[in-house]
Amino acid sequence: MIATEGLTKRYPRVTALDRLTVDITPGVTGLVGANGAGKSTLIKILLGLAPATEGRARVLGLDVRTEGPAIRERVGYMPEHDCLPPDVSATEFVVHLARMSGLPPTAARERTADTLRHVGLYEERYRPMGGYSTGMKQRVKLAQALVHDPQLVFLDEPTNGLDPAGRDEMLGLIRRVHTDFGISVLVTSHLLGELERTCDHVVVIDGGNLLRASSTADFTQATAALAVEVTDTDEHPHGTAVLRDRLVADGLTAEFAGAEGGLPGAGHLLLVDVADEATHDAVRDAIAELGLGLVRMEQRRHRIAEVFQQPSAPAPVPAAQPQKGGSGHAA
Amino acid sequence: MQPEHQRPDGPTPPPTTEPTPPPNQPGPQGRDPQDGPDSRGQRDQQYRQAPVSAPTEGGAQGGGASIHNIGYRSYEGTRLGRGYARRSLFAQSLRGGYGLGRSAKSKVMPMILAAVMCVPALIVVAVAIATSDIVRELSMDYREYATFLAPVIGLYLAAMAPQSVSRDLRFHTVPLYFSRPIERVDYVLAKYAGMASALFVFTAVPLLVLYAGALLAELDFAEQTAAFALGLVSVAVLSLVYAGVGLVVAALTPRRGFGVAAIIAVLTIPYFAVNTVQVIAWDQGATEAVGWLGLASPTSLVAGFTSAFLDGPSSFVDGIEPSTGVGFVYLVVVLALVAGSYAVLMARYRKAGL
Repeated sequence: MIATEGLTKRYPRVTALDRLTVDITPGVTGLVGANGAGKSTLIKILLGLAPATEGRARVLGLDVRTEGPAIRERVGYMPEHDCLPPDVSATEFVVHLARMSGLPPTAARERTADTLRHVGLYEERYRPMGGYSTGMKQRVKLAQALVHDPQLVFLDEPTNGLDPAGRDEMLGLIRRVHTDFGISVLVTSHLLGELERTCDHVVVIDGGNLLRASSTADFTQATAALAVEVTDTDEHPHGTAVLRDRLVADGLTAEFAGAEGGLPGAGHLLLVDVADEATHDAVRDAIAELGLGLVRMEQRRHRIAEVFQQPSAPAPVPAAQPQKGGSGHAA
Repeated sequence: MQPEHQRPDGPTPPPTTEPTPPPNQPGPQGRDPQDGPDSRGQRDQQYRQAPVSAPTEGGAQGGGASIHNIGYRSYEGTRLGRGYARRSLFAQSLRGGYGLGRSAKSKVMPMILAAVMCVPALIVVAVAIATSDIVRELSMDYREYATFLAPVIGLYLAAMAPQSVSRDLRFHTVPLYFSRPIERVDYVLAKYAGMASALFVFTAVPLLVLYAGALLAELDFAEQTAAFALGLVSVAVLSLVYAGVGLVVAALTPRRGFGVAAIIAVLTIPYFAVNTVQVIAWDQGATEAVGWLGLASPTSLVAGFTSAFLDGPSSFVDGIEPSTGVGFVYLVVVLALVAGSYAVLMARYRKAGL
């Protein structure tokens, strides 16, 4: 699908991509990196819109340097930012963009109706898009990327701004783009956790360098961690510490979250490695026996920073800082 | 795909919102007809029940007569490519110039202005037909008509140029164009040509009315036809110049209201200034300066160009026409303005890409 070879992009001040060599096979591939890691630059080069400083890249077997228009005819792109005019209906908008992709008028209308239905937009597609919810807007953005039946779509942060339920739906839809529609997907995110459920492969880049490229299964082995917060009681003035000692005594790995950074609230949240299904029960029982009140127990996922710390050996979970955005991302 | 993790987390787990298809479903070859419509049907059903999408189900399939679930169909038809996309964008811009294909509200302004544009022509025609025994010519020449109605043309441009280009910039729609087969050149050319064509239609229709009236009044055919043809050339030049100025100003001001005001300002303020200074110069006896001054505003530029090259009556003070040498400068400035507008638009969209 996509093959890059020593791909480098230098701007006057920064190097956005540094000798990136990666081979992306058909399927759903996650492209993970922090903000500014070079994800958007890579997409721009792959669409043939920005020349690479050095190196080569091929998309669907076409050279990005010389065959940009041919690539863009067969590839869809969903941008990260809002891109929908509010005074036009979804149907009109997608029909117009279908024609911009080269579809004849009748085909453009048919494909638009089909695609909007597939992404889950029904009669609201005739209403101006200004009144849409974020979830509906994301669906229209996805529809415009799929309307010309591309062989490959680039989805730039498709779950941005969605609530947990909307994010789950979007991730399901992305999975369906591949399984049902037969379209390969390259999806970017800064959250590894949400990609591991959706993607067959994950490519991690940082500072324009390839950090890791492997199948999702390799990543998920060590992802599970439980964040546990308990109340203090008269009997146990520092409930979290007591619980930690108890769990360690039970043979589990438990650490205070944010202990290193000395952040406010450090020491109140415990991160427990999930060895198997029994871990949840063990934690619950331990809390019950100690007579502590359970404030929350939620699953944490690896943040991209943790992969950076351990590029190759996915072993114990390092003491993670409280996750960006709080508990929402844990779902 | 990894099977779902057990997720005991989250104070309010969303149990009803799990449209994710079962992970071990058909596999990558989803287009395989063997896939069976049933599994797809199930999944579509799940989708329709998702709370974000419409709660109604029957009507979703169009009339609700019967629900056909045909699954995803791939597109095997022709892809017409870049030239077709450019023509489509041109057609859309031209239609957009009259609010066609958009809400009824956006048709009001251009249609009213187009009607206003034709009223003086109808009056001239009525007068010409009524007095055709005495006066053997139209009371207004084809080539000075647009100059007379420059404020109306300016209003039309101010209303339409921002909606043609500012919307795409303001709502960040431009990257969606450039991720398709068309290139920056195609986009700029299509928008420029669309705006210029809309303006040409806007300014040429009243001339057509005048011409039809002249023929009805049985004025001299050859003379009227020649003047009409030159009049069309003059409004074509005017359309190119105005479209360039309007689009550049609109593209540099993504806020729509500001763009409207800026275009009116750019068209009217220099024009009135030029007229005033021309009168002062003429009053001081500097007749040569009048021609040079006409270069300083788009409207007087086109007017001067028309009188110098297209044999039109001069709209400058005392009917002064630019001399041949100055007339050549008019031609150069017209060409430079059109080329410059194109170049500025190209530069503007270099940054507006992804």
